[in-house]
Amino acid sequence: MSFKKVTTGNHAVSYAVWSSRVQIISAYPITPQTQIVELLSEIVAEGKLQAKFITVESEHSAMAACIGASATGARAFTATSAQGLALMHEMLHWAAGARLPIVMANVNRAMAPPWSVWTDQNDSLSQLTTGWMQIYNESNQEVYDSVIIGYKVAEQVHLPLMTVLDAFILSHTSEPVEIHTQEEVDEYLPPYDPGEYYTIKTEDPRGYGLLTMPSDYYEFRYKVQRAHERAIEVFKKEFKNFEEVFGRKHWFFEEFMMDDADYVIVTSGSLSSDVKYAVAKLRKEKGLKVGVLKMRVVRPYPFEEVRKVLGDRKKIAVIDRNIGFGYHGVFYEELKSALYPLEKRPPVFGYIIGIGGRDVTPADIEDIIDDMLKRDEMTEIIWKGVRL
Amino acid sequence: MSEKKTRRIWDVPDDENFYYGHTACQGCGGALAMRLALKALGTDVAVTIPACCWTIIAGGFPGHALKVPVFHTAFETAAIVAAGIKGGLEVTGRKSTISLAWAGDGGTFDIGLQALSGAAERGEDIIYAVYDNEAYMNTGIQRSSATPPGAWTTTTPAKRPNPRPKKNLMEIMAAHKVPYAATATPAYPEDLIRKFRKAKEMAGQGLRFIHILAPCPPGWKMASDYSVHSARLAVESRVFPLYEIEDGGRKYTINYWPKGIPIEEYLKIQGRFRHLFKPGGEKWLEAFKEFVEENWNQLVEKHKLTHGTTDNIPRGYYK
Ligand SMILES: Cc1ncc(C[n+]2csc(CCOP(=O)(O)OP(=O)(O)O)c2C)c(N)n1
Ligand code: SF4
Ligand SMILES: [Mg+2]
Repeated sequence: MSFKKVTTGNHAVSYAVWSSRVQIISAYPITPQTQIVELLSEIVAEGKLQAKFITVESEHSAMAACIGASATGARAFTATSAQGLALMHEMLHWAAGARLPIVMANVNRAMAPPWSVWTDQNDSLSQLTTGWMQIYNESNQEVYDSVIIGYKVAEQVHLPLMTVLDAFILSHTSEPVEIHTQEEVDEYLPPYDPGEYYTIKTEDPRGYGLLTMPSDYYEFRYKVQRAHERAIEVFKKEFKNFEEVFGRKHWFFEEFMMDDADYVIVTSGSLSSDVKYAVAKLRKEKGLKVGVLKMRVVRPYPFEEVRKVLGDRKKIAVIDRNIGFGYHGVFYEELKSALYPLEKRPPVFGYIIGIGGRDVTPADIEDIIDDMLKRDEMTEIIWKGVRL
Repeated sequence: MSEKKTRRIWDVPDDENFYYGHTACQGCGGALAMRLALKALGTDVAVTIPACCWTIIAGGFPGHALKVPVFHTAFETAAIVAAGIKGGLEVTGRKSTISLAWAGDGGTFDIGLQALSGAAERGEDIIYAVYDNEAYMNTGIQRSSATPPGAWTTTTPAKRPNPRPKKNLMEIMAAHKVPYAATATPAYPEDLIRKFRKAKEMAGQGLRFIHILAPCPPGWKMASDYSVHSARLAVESRVFPLYEIEDGGRKYTINYWPKGIPIEEYLKIQGRFRHLFKPGGEKWLEAFKEFVEENWNQLVEKHKLTHGTTDNIPRGYYK
């Protein structure tokens, strides 16, 4: 039987990794991620999880260790944040290019300088084009579930997956999380079967990552993209299977009060809770037909699904806890281009908020909705709450 | 037909685990070294190769020239990827397979030193071999910290040759208290094979390190048939002594007492040292000799500390 445990986002990751029967864990300390691997090293030391823990000398090596292990057909895990993720960058390309289904938890933390340990999304969004799948989470339950779904999808499409949780707001905050028994998780997630081609075997001495001429390299990249496209279908299947086994629904995004909504706030991560609160309040107090679309899976990007739910709304506001320098908020830009092929498409307004862990309140969200209602034309980037 | 009896005069296995179809230059010491290493290790080996000439030598997609699996990885990650592979093989029940990291001097002395240090210090169960051609050859002969003093490279031109002594990586490994560190060259094949066998037998004891001097005809600016010859001269002139460090950095053994031929014999066949013999080159020649002498004297002292004498070091014919 599953049980409820009041636990932090970090420990929710550790518990999910434990029940996913991960075989190799390699990580390097960085705030606010460290607790994930601290708990895991205890679990491994106590013999509860049959895994090898490699305490490397850098994040670059943590990812490299996972790559080596995964290439032998072992299930591998690491966790990091901000500077650590940036240091891994070269190896993120390697993991995806080598088609290794590594799962990593990244705690969203602002990049230095200046130093900050608080949350924003610039670290993970800087890695969007590496070939990794990415899931964003609002609650510790979502965090827990995303690791288990993550392995299930990653291992079918041979792509790595990053699950993302906000620094402190999720990583260090305790919430009730339904933790499942090993039997239940085993029912959903079988042992990793790498298949014929993805394993180093001395009986079948293949070469991996050989120098490849322009006559062939192109197709390798095409296949990574195809795997992402296939992952959309695999996610759909696995969301359904997950619900059957665990009773919880997941989708590429969550819709909140969307049925008759003319106006939609698109959001992600933990601040979605503030957005939902503000939206519910405005519905109740002013009868405003507003809803929330909380993005979860952003790689692969669920184009069709997003178009279907957003195509015929009146206005959309996208809230970005990140800034794509020299451009706009990343979620804003991606949503605009997703909607572009539609004949009739709503205007989309982009708001930046909460960078570097600046507090976001429901009142801020009400202001944003107010502002959106007043605007007719899409304008320049809108910075909410910046002190000038 | 009468059966011809052959008497083996040397202990080099006939097995070839390195095939034709590779793309090394003629006389590549690094290619020769791999051929010998795999004769010693057999085929239950997974090889990790970072960016280096061996990225090319192994052969391009879709084939490769080794009879063992080859995993290519990023420049600075040979040690840790090999450790990850070893860990993965262990947890998936294939404990017998040897994980061999095979890297150039740049990938070992320079950019890969951090990961190597980590793997050595943690005692990762891998063999780490560096084929040292004393520069970044794959990118066209740039200086590395393994480049000897006075040498020409494309980033240390003859007018301003490499100013610093070669980094002593064997001492760095000894300081990590690895169970085994040895030097070797393809000019002494039995010695090299014995060392790889020893490293193989020490499976489970930690990182075993083998430093191979691997002559590179285009990089050293010499004829390709000088490859083995130059490595022999390097040993005989004490530029590159053959020795082992065992027992966690405590036990030093010189494997062969060199004839002590003039260092010039080694230098003069290589274009990268040509300027040492031109006006103004004397100070670089001096610097090179000083570097060789200091290393050799220190090594002899360490051998004496271990063995109490140098009389036990084999002299004469060595292979
Ligand atoms: C991070 C990174 N920086 C630079 C390079 C370019 N690069 C590829 S091979 C190489 C030189 C390798 O030198 P070494 O390790 O001595 O091996 P060799 O080519 O001499 O055999 C360099 C600089 C790279 N692949 N990756
Ligand atoms: S450049 Fe030197 S090291 Fe590279 S393949 Fe040619 S001979 Fe070997
Ligand atoms: Mg080199």
